[in-house]
Amino acid sequence: MITIHINDKAYQVENDQTIMQAADKLGFHIPRLCYHPKLSIEGACRVCIVEVVGMRNYVASCAYPVSEGMKIYTNSEEIRRARRDIVELILDNHPEDCHTCERDGNCELQRLAFAMGIRKRHFEGEKKHYEKDLSSTSVIRDPNKCILCGRCVRICSEIQKVNALGYAHRGFKTVVMPAYNMPFKDSVCTTCGQCINVCPTAAFVEKNFTQELFGKLGDRSLIKVAQIAPSVRAAIGEAFALEPGRQFEKELVAALRKLGFDHVFDTQFSADLTIMEEASEFLERFQGRGKLPMITSCSSAWMKCLEQFHPDLIENVSTCKSPMSMASALIKSYFADKIKADPKKILSVAFMCCTAKKYEASRPELMVEGIQSTDMVITTRELAWMIKSAGIDLLHIKGEEFDHPLGYSSGAGTIFGVTGGVMEAAIRTAYELYTGETLLDIEIQEIRGLKGVKEGKLVIDGKEIRIAVAHGLGNANEILNTVRKDPERYHFVEIMGCPGGCIGGGGQPYAGSNSMPLDEECLMKRAEALYGLDRNKTIRRSHENPDVQRLYKEFLGRPLGPMSHKLLHTHYKAKEPRGIIPSELTVK
Amino acid sequence: MPKRFNITLCDGPSCMHKNSKEIVAAIEAQLKKHELSDHVGINLSGCLGMCARGPVMIINPGYSIYGDFTEKDIPEIIEQHIKKNKPIARFIIDEDHLYNRFFRVFGDVNFFGKQMRIALRNCGIIDPENIDDYISLRGYEALAKVLTDIAPEKVIGQIKKSGLRGRGGAGFPTGIKWELTAREKSDEKFVICNADEGDPGAFMDRSAIEGDPHTIVEGMAIAGYAIGAQKGIVYIRAEYPLAVKRIKKAIADARKEGFLGQNILGTGFSFDIEVRLGAGAFVCGEETALMLSIEGHRGMPRPRPPFPSVSGLFGRPTLINNVETLANIPVIILDGAQWFSSLGTEKSKGTKVFALAGKIKNTGLVEVPMGTTLRQIIYNIGGGIPGDKQFKAVQTGGPSGGCLSEEYLDTKIDYESLAAAGSIMGSGGMIVIDEDSCMVNIAKFFLEFTQNESCGKCTPCREGTKRMLEILTRITEGKGSQEDIDKLLRLGNMIKKASLCGLGQSAPNPVLSTIKNFRAEYEEHVRDKRCRAGVCRHLLVYEITDKCVGCSACKKACPAEAISGALKQKHLIDVNKCVKCGACFKICKFGAIKKS
Amino acid sequence: MIVSDDRKISELKNFMREAKSKEHPDSQLISILHKTQELYGYLDQEVMSEIAKEMSIPTAHIWGVATFYHYFNLKPTGKHVISVCLGTACYVKGAEEILNSIRQELKIDFGQTSEDKLFTLQEARCLGACGLAPVIMIDDKIYGSLTPKKALEIIKSYRK
Repeated sequence: MITIHINDKAYQVENDQTIMQAADKLGFHIPRLCYHPKLSIEGACRVCIVEVVGMRNYVASCAYPVSEGMKIYTNSEEIRRARRDIVELILDNHPEDCHTCERDGNCELQRLAFAMGIRKRHFEGEKKHYEKDLSSTSVIRDPNKCILCGRCVRICSEIQKVNALGYAHRGFKTVVMPAYNMPFKDSVCTTCGQCINVCPTAAFVEKNFTQELFGKLGDRSLIKVAQIAPSVRAAIGEAFALEPGRQFEKELVAALRKLGFDHVFDTQFSADLTIMEEASEFLERFQGRGKLPMITSCSSAWMKCLEQFHPDLIENVSTCKSPMSMASALIKSYFADKIKADPKKILSVAFMCCTAKKYEASRPELMVEGIQSTDMVITTRELAWMIKSAGIDLLHIKGEEFDHPLGYSSGAGTIFGVTGGVMEAAIRTAYELYTGETLLDIEIQEIRGLKGVKEGKLVIDGKEIRIAVAHGLGNANEILNTVRKDPERYHFVEIMGCPGGCIGGGGQPYAGSNSMPLDEECLMKRAEALYGLDRNKTIRRSHENPDVQRLYKEFLGRPLGPMSHKLLHTHYKAKEPRGIIPSELTVK
Repeated sequence: MPKRFNITLCDGPSCMHKNSKEIVAAIEAQLKKHELSDHVGINLSGCLGMCARGPVMIINPGYSIYGDFTEKDIPEIIEQHIKKNKPIARFIIDEDHLYNRFFRVFGDVNFFGKQMRIALRNCGIIDPENIDDYISLRGYEALAKVLTDIAPEKVIGQIKKSGLRGRGGAGFPTGIKWELTAREKSDEKFVICNADEGDPGAFMDRSAIEGDPHTIVEGMAIAGYAIGAQKGIVYIRAEYPLAVKRIKKAIADARKEGFLGQNILGTGFSFDIEVRLGAGAFVCGEETALMLSIEGHRGMPRPRPPFPSVSGLFGRPTLINNVETLANIPVIILDGAQWFSSLGTEKSKGTKVFALAGKIKNTGLVEVPMGTTLRQIIYNIGGGIPGDKQFKAVQTGGPSGGCLSEEYLDTKIDYESLAAAGSIMGSGGMIVIDEDSCMVNIAKFFLEFTQNESCGKCTPCREGTKRMLEILTRITEGKGSQEDIDKLLRLGNMIKKASLCGLGQSAPNPVLSTIKNFRAEYEEHVRDKRCRAGVCRHLLVYEITDKCVGCSACKKACPAEAISGALKQKHLIDVNKCVKCGACFKICKFGAIKKS
Repeated sequence: MIVSDDRKISELKNFMREAKSKEHPDSQLISILHKTQELYGYLDQEVMSEIAKEMSIPTAHIWGVATFYHYFNLKPTGKHVISVCLGTACYVKGAEEILNSIRQELKIDFGQTSEDKLFTLQEARCLGACGLAPVIMIDDKIYGSLTPKKALEIIKSYRK
């Protein structure tokens, strides 16, 4: 312990930490912008500067370590003025369209400017002018709103290791862009949307379909069908200023009906279906018919990553479509038949925690009978806005139940949203399919939690099955390199593209007082919301889902049967540009 | 392993009388006895000019001049000096300083006579591509000396005692830098020579490397020995192809002669040097940016700590010294820290090289002891301003430095006094400015440079310098206001204290120093819309005087159709249409157009 | 396809193989870009993608480096590259006038290439020839003590 002085008061603090860390613990929140606790220290924005007695210049508190006897001023008149000037300089090179901006009311720069007390501007001049990149199915890049904090570059290279984004040019002309300033859609971007999650402004936003959807909801000739991913219910409350961890399953069903949907289904139902197919596929492979280890295929960002970065492992990946695409395929076939409707008259909308699902929906190989199976993908953020915009009081609404026949789910379908959940759900079913006995201890603790790469072992019928789970594409690289080096090491691998799994998806509520992207506490609370739903269900194994059983009986026949192959499976192939997994370089 | 020696015996008439033939015979006999004949060359020279002390001979490397001995002393000299490498003090007649030799060659030239060349001691007097030339002037002797006789911590002690400070800009004590790096425990350390000279108007590193590359190699090897590094890297601008070629050749030759590589001079010390090219980014002179550039990244500085001495290149302890700093090292080792520290001022020791340019008669590199005044450099060495123009300012320290007015001409040059005057030593650019230059425009020029070279990482430098430049542009176009001067001060002072690296922290200096020392010119620009030097073209007024013969050349030349008037009658400029391009002024053969 | 120029690409690949054999191969990126520019005259995007593959360095990173350092050309240059020194000494001695006259003559600005593909105009920081200020450099040759008129005459001599 050492003694430091902050604003003339002495405090005992631990050594080996930065001024910002020490100040945070003492309850001094030093303003900040480029800093992110899970990313490397940039020291670029200079908003977190403080005065340290004896230093000629201000120091960036995010980067500078405390030392014995240090005298720090975080809020002197001089430092307040310098900070205000710095934020003013950022504003001077930023569009002044706050009222029409997507992040209005939710923008870190706006909050900061307010907190700095900027009421007058002094240094206006030339502003940057760049084209918006609207090419991607999922992520819109607007360099004019970029304040060059570099969080997107860091998350893309340090956490996701995709390296789609980098700084280009220099000085006043510095821009964050893909290589060669190519359209985003042609780049190696996996559309995971983590850049959106960490962006303090609207330099990265999802491609927004809310206005279009409102338009279609008013179209009486359409049959409006919705599905909701597990993680949406676990996080949407944060967009309504609630603490993370409260789930809104039934309230969302009610809200979607109020928005104008005729049928509200649950992606968790098709998650159960995915498990039936995937567990069967795994057992086929495990018994020598197909390549091992088998790797899961639910995460759309991971699928794009696979095709660009790891085409050599395509054979290892399950042919199962994602739960969303399975549900959509069934909505326009099985369900359309049931209600005797023309599939072309069905508007199938998926509410997802994910921006990559927007990309997935557009993939031609997922079309069924020549029509796109998912018409629109709406993120948690967009949904929250729609609910607010339509004047629906989510917090006080009376909950309702999902519709049949694609609305009932087991607990296994629920935990799909958390890293390790697909594996856990698959094992609950595979065990029984293989042994004919019911697995009693169904919570597999080794593969729960937020460790980057998790490994486990279990014995089924005297045979050892070695499993591994990775979340975040950077961790995925690690596990895949292990697979390449030692193909025998695992039998079954789960990969999710986003940190924490879908609960940490690129479409979840913006960072704010309650939401913190990548924050472990926030992710664990969302996870707990889903684990809670699982625990409270009587049916917690996918194969016990009566609606799933009926679906096979009435329509699909059996898992991996011809109908399944037609509707629920697909194939992936190598894509250009070929992504590059950096050898030793850590992009700085 | 035997060392190579060369004995040059004076064969002038005076020495001949003192039995030089016998002395040669004695030397040869002794060498044979010690089986050293193959390792020592003997030659005779013309008169060495020290006849009173004859016989005279010079033993190289080391340039030890022996005098007042007889052939009877030869066995002792061979035994001690050649075999044991211990020169015998009582015979050595010239207290030799490395810098002296430059004067033996150029001392009678006025420009050079007033200088003192330590860092540039060999430039111009040796063939930089010939290692033997360098060796003959005691080259690599300092390296041999430290490797055989001086423990690393003692080497650092000497550098500390010499008072040498970094010549790249900030003036950090070199010995302490070495000590901090030496203190770190690591199986790998680096010595980097920062030759990414980028100040516009500074070219001393280029000249030093082109003129005497081995000095840098030797200085780096000594530094490597002192701090425990095995690898050195020269980071040099790609824009200096000749310097690149010469330093590469010097490294290869040194390796061939055993001054670099494994087990140098049989001492067990290994050290090698690699050359890396910059690619046109001024900010890479900043040490963290430089290291990132060597690692293959964009040269964007990172916050310190950690300092390079703790975690530098590839995360290893790293010592970064600039070219001129390293060039001083062999001299300090051979001529002694005490002697070195006797030069200069209380806190700034030794000499400093300046690149003298601008409105001055003798442009070029000058090396003077610290403490020399600006006036001495500009008038005595530089020969004053051409065309009897009036001195206005001297800019030191390049884009990070400041402009000093006439009242500072008697400032003694050292780190502290230049800083006190509002400029910096910097790497040594010195630009003389006369009455024909506008100080606002000069400030704008420097800011344009730093603005262009800003890496774009931190907000104050990226955005702030842009706004300052816009304000300055406004002022030079006559659109400035009194408030703008205050804004420049406000932004400038903030950028200085809040920027991430040295580039941003010093970028406002040219503006702040010109406001401090030439505020009147700023005020004229904003209040009277007048540029006294006639540089800011937007503030000029063109008028046609009675000298006009009505040839209409100006009328045709005017791109704005601002000139009217019938043929053979006096023409008239419409000031509202005039774009102040000066086309009429240039074309008029009768001097009828007045610019004010 | 620029990378189908066998000789150049194989020379570059040899260079990269050597770079890979060294410690910290990624740190050789700038050297590789220098080599590329030496071979091709500029940094072509296709070639940069080849470097990315060969060296396992993400293209976004290579692009970031290529655009950061002003020594690198991102577009093909003309037959001759004219660098106008805008260092302090040259500036004080009238580099701007020289520059303006060249701009007018060739109708190009910094970074651009004249229509006849003969000249590319570049800005240089100090060329280290302050004693000769103002100077321009055409390819590797330095011309000093210029006036606008002299500069244009020199450029004319390259037209022949």
